[in-house]
Amino acid sequence: MAAVEERQAPREPANEAEAMAHRRRMQKVQLGVFLIIVAVLPLVLQAMRPNDYRYYLHILVFIGLNLILATGLNLLMGYAGQVSLGHAAFYGLGAYTSGILTARYGWNPWAAMLAALVLTCFVAWLVGKPALRLKGHYLAMATLGVGIIVAVVIRQWTSLTGGSAGLLQIPSMTLFGFEFKSNMDTHYYYFVWAFVMLLTIIFANLVQSRPGRALRALHDSELAAQTLGVDTAGFKVRAFVVSAAYASIAGTLYAHSSMRFLSPTPFDFHTSIALLVMVVLGGQGTLWGPVVGAVTITFINETLRPYTNYDIVVYGLLLMILMIVMPGGLARGLAALWNWLLDRFSRSSQGEQQ
Amino acid sequence: MSRPLLTLSGLSKSFGGLQAVSDVAFDVQERQIKALIGPNGAGKTTIFNLLTGVLHPDAGSATFGGHELIGLPPHRVACLGISRTFQTSLLFDQMTVLENVMVGHHLSGRSNMLTAALRIFGASAEEREYREVAMAALERAGLADLAGRPAAELPIGQRRLVEVARALAAEPKLLLMDEPAAGLNMRETDAIAELIQEIRSRGITVLLVEHDMSLVMSISDEILVLDGGRRLAEGLPKEIRTDERVLAAYLGEEADD
Repeated sequence: MAAVEERQAPREPANEAEAMAHRRRMQKVQLGVFLIIVAVLPLVLQAMRPNDYRYYLHILVFIGLNLILATGLNLLMGYAGQVSLGHAAFYGLGAYTSGILTARYGWNPWAAMLAALVLTCFVAWLVGKPALRLKGHYLAMATLGVGIIVAVVIRQWTSLTGGSAGLLQIPSMTLFGFEFKSNMDTHYYYFVWAFVMLLTIIFANLVQSRPGRALRALHDSELAAQTLGVDTAGFKVRAFVVSAAYASIAGTLYAHSSMRFLSPTPFDFHTSIALLVMVVLGGQGTLWGPVVGAVTITFINETLRPYTNYDIVVYGLLLMILMIVMPGGLARGLAALWNWLLDRFSRSSQGEQQ
Repeated sequence: MSRPLLTLSGLSKSFGGLQAVSDVAFDVQERQIKALIGPNGAGKTTIFNLLTGVLHPDAGSATFGGHELIGLPPHRVACLGISRTFQTSLLFDQMTVLENVMVGHHLSGRSNMLTAALRIFGASAEEREYREVAMAALERAGLADLAGRPAAELPIGQRRLVEVARALAAEPKLLLMDEPAAGLNMRETDAIAELIQEIRSRGITVLLVEHDMSLVMSISDEILVLDGGRRLAEGLPKEIRTDERVLAAYLGEEADD
């Protein structure tokens, strides 16, 4: 595989600036194609699998939520070079804050979403500020702790969260008077994926900007970034807060999804690890890595559902195999494979002409 | 004589039992090219690290244009107008050459996480502007063809040039260069010498650490000799060349050339 990755696609740009502009345009094209796929997928499914349609749509909503979570975590891991071992906690904070405020206190879901976002960002800032001042992976330790604390609070504070029995009767999301009712999965699919697209575009904007470059720079060399005036600790905290904000939004969307019910299980350590695997499997520091990761892991998750706790073994094996075969992740690995195939194809067709 | 741009006094730093820098004091005048020389372990790079906030001294002070540098974190030092290049060219290897130079513009940029994410309040315009400015800088440095290449792919001579271009993008008043000619061949060394003089002609003060004596002697206005963390001698190149203490401590083997 290493040999494949080293081989570059044959390209001799006449003008370097033009080649770079071309690459930026290509990304817009990719985003456009992605948007079209997302838009027509339910129609295709409905036509091809009318019997399982709702089941597939349900999975697609979860892929969307996982994609939001993985994209946020990718910003932290792939760009700021930090690891969060408790990202499910921020997912849970978003979900339960939204759920509690709307179900128990009758808040408008949008106001609750905003409140959840503020609370989650504040908690992330509180954890990240001291942990990221220090060099090394203290954030991983701190987030591991937060993950455990949040999971325990959700389970034990039953008067507020409903505990293991669950938080029931969460109202539906509404948009301009339109209610996303539980029996209309197609609408909620588009609602969730609109967020996915928006948050993906925001992510793409962010990584190709002054703050995004600052993050990538400090990931490569903290010292060099500092000597150019980058407040490395500050940018790491900001990246962490943004990644927690992504998780919070995913949490709110989860709370108002078709089940309209929250239980503690999706927000425990298990999910944090699954998210980690999504990012690494897909490819850290790439735009499309989280997509590949979220799709793969959500499907694996569904397939392994009957075997409950064994999925973690599969994640472990997957990580090990991937680290050996495609250390850059599936997205990079597949791109390299594609280029290699193109290269082979163009060569063999040249050979035939001669 | 005008007021010095940079003044060090009584600067000391020890690592465990080793006294790396001991009571060092010197001035750097504005628009000067000043060289720090001395045998390995003389404390030259340590002085750079103390000035840029990477290390904290045990004692002493350093003022730059009226500001005390000691106690500031590295990014605050950069804000005051001090840029730096490293002995082993610390480029951002995962980024392209152009992006490397664009990070150099970090301090003059305004966009933050929010405006950049939503491309509002001129974030896009700023991005375009710095892309163009960085491209122009690469063209001037003869590196335009490499703009889209990952920095990791460059040979050492070009890495040095990109690093200098990146440091200059920060529009510093003072540029600290740690062994700019290390690992370069003679032709590349001549190019670096020319570049350093060109940098000074733009009004930027240069303080460099260098082992290549012919380079140091040909471009420096003033030379400070360190030995074992102490200031051994200071003066014009021709004075240093004939200083007996220096010859004994350091230039002995060089004088045979």
